[in-house]
Amino acid sequence: MIFLLKLYIAGKGARAEAAITNLRQLCDNELRGQYELEIIDILEHPELAEEAKILATPTLIKQLPPPLRRVIGDLSDREKLLLGLDVRPIAPQSVDNPNAP
Amino acid sequence: MSDNGDGPRVQKLATGIPSFDLIAKGGLPEGRTTLLSGTAGSGKTVFAVQFLAAGIASGQPGVFVTFEESAKDIRQNMLSFGWDLAEWERSGTLAVVDASPDPHVETVESGTFDLSALLARVQHAVQRSGAKRVALDSLGAVFSQFSDQSVVRKELFRIAWALKSMGVTSLLTAERTMDYGPVARFGVEEFIADNVMILRNVLEDENRRRTIEILKFRGTDHQKGQFPLTIAPDIGVVVIPLSGMQLRQKSSNVRVSSGNRDLDEMCGGGVFRDSVILVSGATGTGKTLTVTQFMKGGVEAGERCLLLAFEESREQLFRNAHGWGVDFDKMERDGLLRVSCDYPEVEGLEDRLLAIQRSIEEFRPQRVALDSLSALERVGTMKAFREFVISLTSFIKHQEITGLFTSTTSSLMGGSSITEGHISTLTDSIILLRYVEMFGEMKRGITVLKMRGSTHDKRIRELTINEHGMQLGRPFKNVTGILAGTPVYVSPADLERAWTIHDEAVGRPASAAQASGANRRRRESDRSERREES
Repeated sequence: MIFLLKLYIAGKGARAEAAITNLRQLCDNELRGQYELEIIDILEHPELAEEAKILATPTLIKQLPPPLRRVIGDLSDREKLLLGLDVRPIAPQSVDNPNAP
Repeated sequence: MSDNGDGPRVQKLATGIPSFDLIAKGGLPEGRTTLLSGTAGSGKTVFAVQFLAAGIASGQPGVFVTFEESAKDIRQNMLSFGWDLAEWERSGTLAVVDASPDPHVETVESGTFDLSALLARVQHAVQRSGAKRVALDSLGAVFSQFSDQSVVRKELFRIAWALKSMGVTSLLTAERTMDYGPVARFGVEEFIADNVMILRNVLEDENRRRTIEILKFRGTDHQKGQFPLTIAPDIGVVVIPLSGMQLRQKSSNVRVSSGNRDLDEMCGGGVFRDSVILVSGATGTGKTLTVTQFMKGGVEAGERCLLLAFEESREQLFRNAHGWGVDFDKMERDGLLRVSCDYPEVEGLEDRLLAIQRSIEEFRPQRVALDSLSALERVGTMKAFREFVISLTSFIKHQEITGLFTSTTSSLMGGSSITEGHISTLTDSIILLRYVEMFGEMKRGITVLKMRGSTHDKRIRELTINEHGMQLGRPFKNVTGILAGTPVYVSPADLERAWTIHDEAVGRPASAAQASGANRRRRESDRSERREES
């Protein structure tokens, strides 16, 4: 099963960087690299934001597998990100610091 | 704002929304943000889209940002007002930013975010269309899409600031939960915008009453208070300006016939062409007859006449007119008369006013009669009725039309009606029709109470009705208290004494005194006639 992900960011600020790092880390660990990630800068391509009806940045869209899901924010909340991706963690849940970036 | 401190004064952008620019003293402050707050169903979205539609009609492209209804729904709903958003989008005069939530997609929040994407989309839409006007509908829906309201608040400030720096005039709508309460639901909306306006949709005595109020315009002037408005199917929002109306109508010296020669004489030679006449009387005193004659007088002079009837059906009116020797059928066939009959309850007063204005604009009559104004009293609240009367009177005067309104008094004898209270100062002439009880017989009396800018007959004359219509007879003499509804017969001796005192007091010249003597002789002969009768 391949995950098709799109991450919409506004410029290359700290929040965008954090979102990219958090996402890659989780995908590498939990999805075992079975994913394609496209990163779109809406400041360069506002028409793509319009097309996908993006309001908040960063916004992650999970296009595949269905159902379509959106996760907004810098993806620092790992639990919520897993929920948004519809993924059950392989590794036991970290209870010490679930919000660690 | 500080950048305006020593800059030019705030300019206004004429919105093109009927009469709104009048109460806004020119329109919305140009290049500024204005909040339009209102309860559900108060017409925020219609106002917002109309603001853009009027701009597009005058060559100013616009951007519509919808947070609540989907763009698809908006396009469909606005077609009923004749606004084809899809067509404007194709021609590039309108850009729609659909920021409504998608119910099919679940959204999860994970960490901090901002609304840069929304801002980028709005900016992109403004640049793409070259927009001068932007409408955001509605801010409350943005708050409900995200859990962190402090972020939303901050981001809305940023968007409002960006709109201003782009130089567009923008309208932001917001919800309120009560018609009289906080400006908007989240308590911050009013601080986002420079200006605040409120739409209300209040239930008063089982009637819905829509109003608009401009709460503040930073750095510029506007009319104060609530103004009634209506939402018409193919126009949209129409504001009814009351204090916005100016007493600027021309006053004509040309007299026209009331349709009755005797009545014209009583009025000093006819009524003025652009005046409004009020005919007041109890049921059966001859109000509808006065209206019928007034229409006849107009048609005979080649004028177009519009009759708006709220008490009788078309058939009744035509039959009555026939009974008085007036052929409404022929007048209508000749295209000089238009009769519209309607139950008062069919429409609210604001819609009624609009309908009357539109039929006047379309038919372009020189005469308008409304029978009766008091039938409309029961449709709305007292306040709404007062506003209706003021607006209608002022509209008719501006059109330079001769208007005749009837008003039914509640009591058979004497008395006045609420209608009169509202209208008497607005009308140029008042004609009273009254029952006069004399010696066990009911007679009708007519008098001209007021005739602005002209002398008139001050006597109360007897009125009879036959197959030729209205006949005016002799003045009532030896009777006092007719108007008060308590006619009292006064003996000629008492009357003579009263006149003598009056004459002495005003220092009447000898010739007048002689005339007075002649009067006395007439009065005496009247008295002897009566003796013979009894």
